[in-house]
Amino acid sequence: MTQFVPQLTNLFATMILMLSFAMISQRRIGNLINLFTLQGAALVAASVLVGYATAQPDLYVSAALTFVLKVVLIPWLLYRVIRRLNVRWDVETLINIPTTMLVGIGLVIFSFSLALPISRLSSSMASGSLGIALACVLLSFMMMITRSKAVPQVIGFLSMENGLIFAATAVTNGMPMIVEFGIALDVLVGVLILGVFMFQIREQFDSLDIHNLETLKED
Amino acid sequence: MQALFFVLGIPLLGSLVLGFTGHRSYARDINVGFSLGTFLAACALTAEVISVGSILVWHEQFYVDPLNVFLVTLTAFVGLTTAIFSRPYMRVEQDHGKMTPPRMRLYHGMYQLFSFTMLLGLTTNNTGILWVAMEAATLTTVVLVSVYRTAASLEAAWKYFILCGVGIAQALFGTVLLYMAAYKVLGAEGATLLWTNLDGIKTRLDPDIITLAFAFLFIGYGTKVGLVPLHNWLPDAHAEGPTPVSAVLSGLLLNVAMYAVLRCKVLTDGALDSALASQLMMGFGLLSVVVAAFFLSRQKDVKRMFSYSSIEHMGLITFAFGMGGPVANFAGLLHMTVHSLTKSAIFFTVGHAAQKAGTQVMSEIRGLIKVNPAVGWGMVLGTLAILGMPPFGVFASEFLILTTAMRQQPWATPLLLLALGVAFASMLVRVLPMVFGETSLKRLAHPPAIVPVFVHLGLTLVLGLYIPRYLDGWYLQAARMLGG
Repeated sequence: MTQFVPQLTNLFATMILMLSFAMISQRRIGNLINLFTLQGAALVAASVLVGYATAQPDLYVSAALTFVLKVVLIPWLLYRVIRRLNVRWDVETLINIPTTMLVGIGLVIFSFSLALPISRLSSSMASGSLGIALACVLLSFMMMITRSKAVPQVIGFLSMENGLIFAATAVTNGMPMIVEFGIALDVLVGVLILGVFMFQIREQFDSLDIHNLETLKED
Repeated sequence: MQALFFVLGIPLLGSLVLGFTGHRSYARDINVGFSLGTFLAACALTAEVISVGSILVWHEQFYVDPLNVFLVTLTAFVGLTTAIFSRPYMRVEQDHGKMTPPRMRLYHGMYQLFSFTMLLGLTTNNTGILWVAMEAATLTTVVLVSVYRTAASLEAAWKYFILCGVGIAQALFGTVLLYMAAYKVLGAEGATLLWTNLDGIKTRLDPDIITLAFAFLFIGYGTKVGLVPLHNWLPDAHAEGPTPVSAVLSGLLLNVAMYAVLRCKVLTDGALDSALASQLMMGFGLLSVVVAAFFLSRQKDVKRMFSYSSIEHMGLITFAFGMGGPVANFAGLLHMTVHSLTKSAIFFTVGHAAQKAGTQVMSEIRGLIKVNPAVGWGMVLGTLAILGMPPFGVFASEFLILTTAMRQQPWATPLLLLALGVAFASMLVRVLPMVFGETSLKRLAHPPAIVPVFVHLGLTLVLGLYIPRYLDGWYLQAARMLGG
C-alpha cells in the first residue's frame, strides 16, 4: 500500500489541475459549483494521503477543515445564492475557449519552470506539486480576469485558495494549525460577505454582470 | 504583557459591544471610549517596551519591538482621533439619510474590529497570523467601504475585495514558501513561521526559495500598500466609503501593509547575497511616486485626489526603505508617521467640506474659509504639510530621502523631484479655490470636530522642528533593526 501513496497523491494533484482547466471552460454556473466541489474533494483526498504517508495527524484536521468548508458549507451557500438569485441555468458567453486553454497551458509550463529549481531541492514526496499548486493559482487568476459574472469570479477566488492550501499540504505538510484555522475563518467570512454583496449588486443593477461595475474610472 | 492584552482585548470587546448597541445614539461616544482605552493601553505598552526592551510572550506568538510598538501607538492614536472626528460626521450623515440605524451598528462594530485586526497584524510574531490579520483587515474595510450601499460604493467595495483578495492570496503563497524554507533548515519537528525564529536562521534559508517567496510576498502585501500597478482599488475605496474610513485606510492600513513588507524584507536580506528586495522596492516605489503624481493632476474628485497622494507617499516610503541604510530607514519611518498624521487630518477637513457641499467634485466646493475658518485653515495647512513645505515634518523626511537618494541612487533624484513638483503644482491649484472662493453654503447642523485636525497638524509641525530625544533614539533603533 505504502508504495502507492506518492503515486496516488500525484494522481489527486493532477485531478486538481485538470479541474482548474475544466472550470475555465465551464459556462453554466451550476456546473461550475459542482466542479469546484469536486476540486475541494480532490484536495481533501490529497491531504489525507499526505497525512497518512508522513504520519502527521495535523493534516487530518486540515483535511477535515477543508472538507467541511470547501465540500459542504461553501458549495451549499453558493447553491443557495444562485437559487435565490435564479441564475442557476445562466449561460455565460465565453469568448474563445481554445485560446484561453492555450494560454492556460502556457501558464502551466511557466509555473513548472518557475518551481523547477525549488522542486529539485525538495525532498517531499510529490516533487511536481509546487508547480501544480502554482499553476492552479495562476489558472484561477486567469479565470477571474476572463469572467464577467459575479459568481464565477467568486469561484475563481475560492479555487485560488484551493491551490494555495494544496501548496501548503504537499510542500510543507500543512501550515501550523492556528494559521490553518485563521485562513479558514477568513475564507468563510469572505464568502459570506461576497454572498451578501451579490444580493446588493443585483438589487442595484438588476443583474450580476460585473460590466455594470465599471463606472469608477479615471477620466 | 498585560498592556498587550488590553491593546488587543479592548478593540475586540468594543466590536462585540458595538455590534449590539452600535445603532444607539450613545454608540458614538462608546466608540470613542473604546478607542481611548486602546490608545491608553498602547501608551502603557510603549512605556513597557522603553523600560524593558522587546517583549516576546504567549508561546512566542506575540512580539513587540521598537519597530512595531511605534506603529501600534500611531495606529491607536489615529484610531482615537478618527473616532472623535466620526462623532459629528456620522451624525450629519444620519440626518442626511445616508446612514440608517442598522448601518450605524455595522459601521461601529466594524470600526473596532478593523482596529483589532490591524493591531493583531502589528503585534503578532507569526507570519501566518500576520497574513490572516491582513486578510481580516481587508474584509472589515470592504464592509466599511460598502456601508452606504450606493451603486458606486458597491462597485468600489467589490473591486477592492477582488483585487486585494487576489493580491493577498499571492502573499499566502509567499508565506507557504517561507515555511518551506524554514522546514528545510529545521526539519518537520522544528519548522516554524515565528518571525523571531526565522530571523535567527535567516542566513541559512535557501536563497532560491526565499527569492520566489519574497517576490510573492511583495506582490501580495504591495497590493495593500497601494503600489503601482496594483493600486487600482485604492482611489475607489477611499472615495466611495465614509470619510472616517478613508482617513484610517490612508493613515493606518497602508502603514500596516508596509510593515508586513518590511518584516519580509529583513528576512530576505539576510538570506540572499543580492540586493533583490532593495531593488524591487526601489523600482516599484519610484514607479508609484511618478505614476501617482501624474494621475493626481487629473482628478476632479477631492477624495480621489488625496488618495493618489497617498499612493505617491507610500511609493516614496517604499523607495526609502529600498535604499536602506540608517538614514533612509530613519526617513522612511518618520515619513510613515507624518504621512499618517497629515493625511488623516486632511481627510477630516475634506470630509467636512464634501459633506457641506453635498458633493466630492472639487469645482463645486468653494469658500470653505468663509463659513468654517478653522476647517479652511486646516485644509490649507494640511495640504501645505503633505506637499512637503517646511517647517512641517514631511519636509524633514522628504529632505532626508532626497539627499540620501542623491548620494546613493543619483539616477532617481530627478524623477523624484519631477513627481514632487507635479504633485505640488496640481494639488495647490485645486485646493486654494476650494478654501478661498465664494460660497453661499450654510453651516451644518453639527459643528465638525476640529481638535483632531489641529492636534495632528501640531504633531507634524513638532516633528518637523524638533524630534524629541527618546523618539529619535526609538526611530534609530528601529532603523538599525531594518538594516540594509
